[in-house]
Amino acid sequence: MSILKHMLAAAVGAAALAGLSASASAQTIGFSQVGSESDWRTAFSADMKAEAEKRGIKLQFSDAQQKEENQLKAVRSFIAQKVDAIIIAPVVVTGWDQVLKEAQAAKIPVFIADRAVESDPSLFVTRIAADFNLEGRLAGAWLAQASKGNCNIVELQGTVGSAPAIERKKGFEAVISLFPNMKIVKSQSGNFTTSGGKEVMESFIKATDGLKDVCAVWAHNDNMMLGAIQAMKEAGLKPGKDVLTVSVDGVPDIFKAMLAGESDASVELKSDIGKYIYDVVQGYLKGKHDYPKWVLIPSDLHTPADAAEMLKKKGG
Amino acid sequence: MRLDPPAALQAPTRRPAAAPKFSEWRAFWPLLALALILLVDAFISPGFFTIRLVEGRLYGSLIDILYRGAPTAVVALGMAVVIGARGIDLSVGAVIAIAGAVMTELIHAGMSAPAVLLATLLVSLICGLWNGALVALLDIQPIIATLILMVAGRGVAQMIDAGTIVTFRSDFFSAISTGRLGPAPSRIVVAAAVYALTWAAMRRTALGLFVESVGANAEASRLTGIDAKFVTISTYLISGVAAGIAGVLITSDIRGSDANNAGLWMELDAILAVVLGGASLNGGRVYIFNTLIGVLIIQSLTTSILVSGLPPEYNLIVKAIVVFLCLLLQARPVRQAVSGMIWAKRT
Amino acid sequence: MQTAKVELIGISKNFPGVVALDNVDIAFQPGEVHALLGENGAGKSTLIKIMTGALSRDAGAVLINGKPVELDSPAAAQAVGIGAVYQEVNLIPSLSVAANLTLERQPRRFGFISWRKAAEDARVALKRLDVSIDVERPLGSYSLAIQHLVAIARALREDTQVLVLDEPTASLDAREVERLFAILRDLKARGLAIVFITHFLDQVYQIADRITVLRNGRRVGAGPTSALPQVELVSLMLGHELQAVEERRPPAEAKAEGEPVLSVKELGAKRVMAPFDLELRAGDVLGLAGLLGSGRTETAKLVFGASAADSGAIRVDGKPVSIRSPRQAIRLGIGFCPEDRKREGLMLELTVRENIILALQTKRGWLRLLSAAEQEKIASDMIRALGIATPDADKPVGQLSGGNQQKVILARWLVSNPRVLILDEPTRGIDVGAHAEIVALIRRLCAEGMALLVASSELDEIVAFSTRVAVLRDRRKVAEISGAKIERDDIVQAIAAP
Repeated sequence: MSILKHMLAAAVGAAALAGLSASASAQTIGFSQVGSESDWRTAFSADMKAEAEKRGIKLQFSDAQQKEENQLKAVRSFIAQKVDAIIIAPVVVTGWDQVLKEAQAAKIPVFIADRAVESDPSLFVTRIAADFNLEGRLAGAWLAQASKGNCNIVELQGTVGSAPAIERKKGFEAVISLFPNMKIVKSQSGNFTTSGGKEVMESFIKATDGLKDVCAVWAHNDNMMLGAIQAMKEAGLKPGKDVLTVSVDGVPDIFKAMLAGESDASVELKSDIGKYIYDVVQGYLKGKHDYPKWVLIPSDLHTPADAAEMLKKKGG
Repeated sequence: MRLDPPAALQAPTRRPAAAPKFSEWRAFWPLLALALILLVDAFISPGFFTIRLVEGRLYGSLIDILYRGAPTAVVALGMAVVIGARGIDLSVGAVIAIAGAVMTELIHAGMSAPAVLLATLLVSLICGLWNGALVALLDIQPIIATLILMVAGRGVAQMIDAGTIVTFRSDFFSAISTGRLGPAPSRIVVAAAVYALTWAAMRRTALGLFVESVGANAEASRLTGIDAKFVTISTYLISGVAAGIAGVLITSDIRGSDANNAGLWMELDAILAVVLGGASLNGGRVYIFNTLIGVLIIQSLTTSILVSGLPPEYNLIVKAIVVFLCLLLQARPVRQAVSGMIWAKRT
Repeated sequence: MQTAKVELIGISKNFPGVVALDNVDIAFQPGEVHALLGENGAGKSTLIKIMTGALSRDAGAVLINGKPVELDSPAAAQAVGIGAVYQEVNLIPSLSVAANLTLERQPRRFGFISWRKAAEDARVALKRLDVSIDVERPLGSYSLAIQHLVAIARALREDTQVLVLDEPTASLDAREVERLFAILRDLKARGLAIVFITHFLDQVYQIADRITVLRNGRRVGAGPTSALPQVELVSLMLGHELQAVEERRPPAEAKAEGEPVLSVKELGAKRVMAPFDLELRAGDVLGLAGLLGSGRTETAKLVFGASAADSGAIRVDGKPVSIRSPRQAIRLGIGFCPEDRKREGLMLELTVRENIILALQTKRGWLRLLSAAEQEKIASDMIRALGIATPDADKPVGQLSGGNQQKVILARWLVSNPRVLILDEPTRGIDVGAHAEIVALIRRLCAEGMALLVASSELDEIVAFSTRVAVLRDRRKVAEISGAKIERDDIVQAIAAP
């Protein structure tokens, strides 16, 4: 986890620099957002606006309503307005080369946030995003520590074939493969939904005779874990006590479950990521040009120890 | 199964075609399909048929099938009625989401639980009325008319929930969905009650006859004096309320309204259950009991896959293959061949 | 055209519980019209289905020019030159005439269907029957008669040697029948063998050279038409000497009197039926006579409220009433048996019992369901009273023969005990025996004091049961003939008058 600390330090340093420059002259930044299809996306947009205001950035915000054509239109209008920088949270992976070239011709730097794009990497500065694989590794590392490397695990996967499901599973497995006594004994897809998590957990409980010899439940998101917790409670088990739980997202309800002693850990999928993105953008505009092609947004794991604080922060 | 010994004994002395008499019994083929699936379960999971009492409630995979199948059963019963009148209701999944969102909103508004239940069912009744009015009064094809609410309804639910999963606590609703009545899970009791009500409406009033009559021949029904509009609208009302009840069960199950996922694709499961029960999408017949078997086939399949430990990538393909085999069993040529084999073995 | 002799030898076919054909021999000679006769259920349909490859046979052989052939599919039958037109025209009304005529052999050009060529082919095919119509229009926009000719044109390919026609004249009026017969004589002259199934005995004597009679799956008679007088033919078909058919005298004296049960003044609808007056008293049978398209069905439907009138007044028992829907008509004690049984009368998937109780149940409303015992009793009483041939009341009505289906619809209305019963072509497409029974039933109902309005294309039938006759021409009521004056010739004159 030393890489993480290192990166955090770098980010803090950049933030300090950016803070200095903000007062100098008002920058105009164009941000083309995917839409508002999920809670997380809505919170992300709100944070981008709030953080821009805090830094004195003039933000041109454009909601693409999940349509690529809207997004291209928005980017072209940013170019026409001669903004200082453009941030794109892309709707789709492909089809970006042309508009990115237009931005380059206008000498406007482009930053990609969240999802990746497939294009010539020289056409944009960097991508700033969290790492699903890292989330899986964090969960695995926590579980290894909590179970002292001794654990039979049941896994609730996300939607089959989706990027978060694949990467979180890979990251988690990469860590537990280091411990000979940790293994996944049951794994099924709960489709990222509460009801899916509950139904699959019920079947796990039956198949393992009341989770006999199972020490932990690992879920690819909190919603499935919340369903699994209900299933365990209805089967007379005590989640959080008889069985360890670890999941990803950090939704308010999982912190409530932690406070009730029914959940042990959740890796937060941060929505307040404006500061990480603006740090990079402003750092670049200040003259720092040596960013890697992927600037990681750090992932934090939360436990009952800071659950109350997190819940307050999330407004739950 | 009622087996008349003299008839069974007489059968072989008759002409071969008439021999496997019980295979002409309508529920025979769906039941055979269900039995085969359960038989496979017995092999892959030895404890599958164990039912015991845990903390006063029935516990076991078979109970899980009934428990998990209950919402689908409720929806499918309504769907069977609609299909019987030669309609179809694609909006049931969306109505489930709407019911969940309305119910959650009203709980948070501080309304008493029974009032919330009534209001939720009223809203789903209105959804049914909307569908029925489009089909019967504006003469829009059922598949198009209900597609409107299927698409828009989920949006309405998302709007009520303001785009988030809204959770709640309610002892009343938990008792309905996840509680128990004696040793039986209460939602199984709810589904049984819906079954009984549907049966009564279809077989103890003339509504069932009128529904089947309109489904078989709408013009002839009109000329026989049946109020086809009234009959059509009432089928969608029944389907709407059924979806509302399922919505209450599903939402109470996870104690939260998940507008994106509640009841998602449920319309397809419900239609499939009706078809697995042997009904024709061309209407004319409502098979209540067989629809229930159709639901049990689908749910036991899902539960079997979960219990089997099969990697999740195979879920859909296994489900598709088994459903295909079940439908194959319903096809006349296959039935005749299987009947012939049974007959050949008997002689 | 090369033509051949088709022989069926020892054909047998069993259905579960029924022997449909039992060792039937029959030979169709080139250049002959061969009438295949028999009551409903005699086995005519089964025989032609075997001939045209739609059904497999259990025993026997089919020989063409003495060589055995296998007819295991409709395509195989067509390949050896057997074409058929079924009673229910099985074409697609929404497609154009040209598309219907070239359905499974579309002319192609560069792999795509050439619609211009298809239209040409269609015109040529119709030309053979001396029909010239716009082949691009949907088939459904033409009259049933034209649709039937299109069906014949479809069955008649270049290499057709045997043409099977199942009730081809059932929906044709006299002029159209003549036209069809001219076509058949022409085909016959070209050496085709024509198998002609009909229940119009006059037509048999007009066109057929040879007759085969089936009864209960057996061949009970065969020979040249000239050697088989009508009385003998009927007795062969029915298996017993029948007086009822010959006893075609009108009811003694019209005893209908008193207030009209139903009176209609100036009822009409634009482009459907010119305004007309009708009166029906208890014990009346008012016959509606006229050619196809003269407005018989339209009149019946207007009175029943099945189609909307835009003028006129209706009184029941002298009191003005509004009949804007069949429901209202039924509440006022009116019943209606439509001409098109399958489309407008029967719920084919429902059982005989359910079909019979339906009108009564409708009257009672949906809350007061007739108990199982009541339903059972009503159905079995009716099955017995009307002699409906069905193994039990719980058989789907779609599996019954045409005559029995008609009886089921009659039963439905009789159960609901109407005061006025409207029958539209009650004997269409049914066999002689059922025909006689239905005529007898109409007389009996009339004697019991019911008022009946009966539309029919068979004049003899109208003469046989009517106390008065309304004559229609070109969607207009042109005459009313009553009392002792009802003679066939009078009606013909009224229909034909300029």
